Amino acid sequence: MKRTIENVESQFEMFQIINEDGEIVNQEAMPNLSDEELKELMHRMVYTRILDQRSIALNRQGRLGFYAPTAGQEASQLGSQFALEKDDFILPGYRDVPQLIWHGLPLYQAFLFSRGHFHGNQMPEGVNALSPQIIIGAQITQAAGVALGMKKRGKKAVAITYTGDGGTSQGDFYEGMNFAGAYQAPAIFVVQNNRFAISVPVEKQTAAQTLAQKAVAAGIEGIQVDGMDVLAVYAATKDARERGINGEGPTLIETLTYRYGPHTMAGDDPTRYRTDDLDNEWEKKDPLVRFRKFLEGKGLWSEDEENKVIDQAKEEIKAAIKKADEQPKQKVTDLISYMYEELPSNLKEQMEEYKEKESK
Amino acid sequence: MAQMTMIQAITDALRTELKNDENVLVYGEDVGQNGGVFRATEGLQKEFGEERVFDTPLAESGIGGLSIGLALQGYRPVPEIQFFGFVYEAMDAINGQMARMRYRSGGTYSQPVTIRSPFGGGVHTPELHADSLEGLIAQQPGMKVVIPSTPYDAKGLLISSIRDNDPVLFLEHMKLYRSFRGEVPEKEYTIELGKADVKREGSDVTLVAYGAMVHASLKAAEELEKDGIQAEVIDLRTVMPFDIDTILESVKKTNRVVVVQEAQRQAGLAAQIVTEIQERAILHLEAPVLRVAAPDTVYPFSQAEEVWLPNYKDIIEKVDKVINF
Ligand SMILES: Cc1ncc(C[n+]2csc(CCOP(=O)(O)OP(=O)(O)O)c2C)c(N)n1
Repeated sequence: MKRTIENVESQFEMFQIINEDGEIVNQEAMPNLSDEELKELMHRMVYTRILDQRSIALNRQGRLGFYAPTAGQEASQLGSQFALEKDDFILPGYRDVPQLIWHGLPLYQAFLFSRGHFHGNQMPEGVNALSPQIIIGAQITQAAGVALGMKKRGKKAVAITYTGDGGTSQGDFYEGMNFAGAYQAPAIFVVQNNRFAISVPVEKQTAAQTLAQKAVAAGIEGIQVDGMDVLAVYAATKDARERGINGEGPTLIETLTYRYGPHTMAGDDPTRYRTDDLDNEWEKKDPLVRFRKFLEGKGLWSEDEENKVIDQAKEEIKAAIKKADEQPKQKVTDLISYMYEELPSNLKEQMEEYKEKESK
Repeated sequence: MAQMTMIQAITDALRTELKNDENVLVYGEDVGQNGGVFRATEGLQKEFGEERVFDTPLAESGIGGLSIGLALQGYRPVPEIQFFGFVYEAMDAINGQMARMRYRSGGTYSQPVTIRSPFGGGVHTPELHADSLEGLIAQQPGMKVVIPSTPYDAKGLLISSIRDNDPVLFLEHMKLYRSFRGEVPEKEYTIELGKADVKREGSDVTLVAYGAMVHASLKAAEELEKDGIQAEVIDLRTVMPFDIDTILESVKKTNRVVVVQEAQRQAGLAAQIVTEIQERAILHLEAPVLRVAAPDTVYPFSQAEEVWLPNYKDIIEKVDKVINF
């Protein structure tokens, strides 16, 4: 009897372009990016790291609400987003705010989302995205729908959705891939495998050796990528996008990454489930360190340049917080007005009741 | 007697039943080594081992189905749904399957499952973490729904739920987890399911509530007392099936009732309670039975939740109406 489970891993060898020392290990796969584009990638990663640090501080001061730290995952998040066009539609999870920002969501709105203000969820005209999904996996079947819609409309665009290693356990994950595969719809499923779903290690999440191999049963393309290598993530996403718009179907991309911070800012304590050794091992793979080395080697990056980005980020964050502060306080009557196109009788009555309550 | 928070009382009840019955299994997302995101299962994996207290993959429908299967193998599963807003993922397993098992097997199989889950508003969580969805399950024949409001009740009710041979949804209001301590006996004890508790006696008006709204009602009663109004506060504790006898006894004394729920008004449990009262005691009533409930929107983004959630002032407003009818 032939065993099918053996040697699966070898089919899903991790795709990498630059190693931890910033050296090119896969010249052939090197994407065709200009010096300006390479610098822009670094700019975004540095900016996002600062945004993460500031968001954590602001949360601790009580000036932001719900926040899921992103440090460590910049290459996975920004490398994949960089491969998108404006017409592509993003269906993010709760940790995927950076992709939204670089897809066009103004920073102050990202802060309002964190604060639990509905304006944070109102995508501006031309920003093709949903606000972050809180229910793990819900976005994945929806991505199949967006992708099928794009295909039916003859658009040259893709739907891209993000989840974590934990998210791959949900039925929605399999359903979404299977639907997109059955319709050959232009969807990209990105799994940011940061090794933990809150406290649960990926080894306890599944018996599968890789998450990328889960594409096989759905009959779609699957690839495992070094999620700390921004060029590898970019190249894999670019390739998936091209195949998607050429009618060649969906792709599952597993990025191997790590979240340096806690799960969210609501009391998670990673020392309960992660060892210092593991933290240190992944600290060495830092996507910023690696890409900085690579760019410095090409004479494209300097401390000066990095400091400029840091200053710019800090200033823009400050201005965005100020703008978020200026937003009118959210009212129950606002929410009532968004329940239906036309208010039913019960809500009409309650609208009056809450108008009076809120005027006191 | 020990002073405990509600979360400590819950851990204590789980420990008691893990000790008492080797068929009790405790599991869910982050329940093992991490001790649960609220620490309800803190230390239990260490004490009872990974065979009895364990993490599951991240899938609520899976947790629901797994529980059905384990129950079929004679276990007494106590799964956790990490936040009750995630129950939609498990609705088929719970309402579609678990609740129907005794009936569809003609009494051959039972489902002695206790699903624990934090719920309730006021703690600034993201979407689908705070919703009061007890009505979804209470509407399902075959299910029981228990909601404690004090540490003492939490321990006794959880032990009773685990020992019950039918599926029980045990909802734990997040705002009550650590907001106060209460006396909890160290020994084991049970509180009969389906029995309400009069948390405060009064003769002028009856407030029927459960969960965090019991405390809002008690606060309202305190304020009303300053105006010479004596409110009786009934804590349902089990919301399905609920204790209509205790309610009727009170109604016959006070002749006025306000039913309080944190959930939205539309198709809520309060409507069911009001109906049962008026069907059985209309001649004892001096005023229509009124409801306090949240408005008919989805649970709001956190910035608006303070106004959205019913509070003691809303209760006083309705009491004034039934008193001055
Ligand atoms: C349906 C559902 N179940 C559970 C949760 C609670 N929860 C939030 S994040 C999380 C872990 C997710 O892990 P993973 O998918 O690996 O993503 P990561 O947080 O690591 O980015 C859990 C269990 C949720 N939000 N939705």
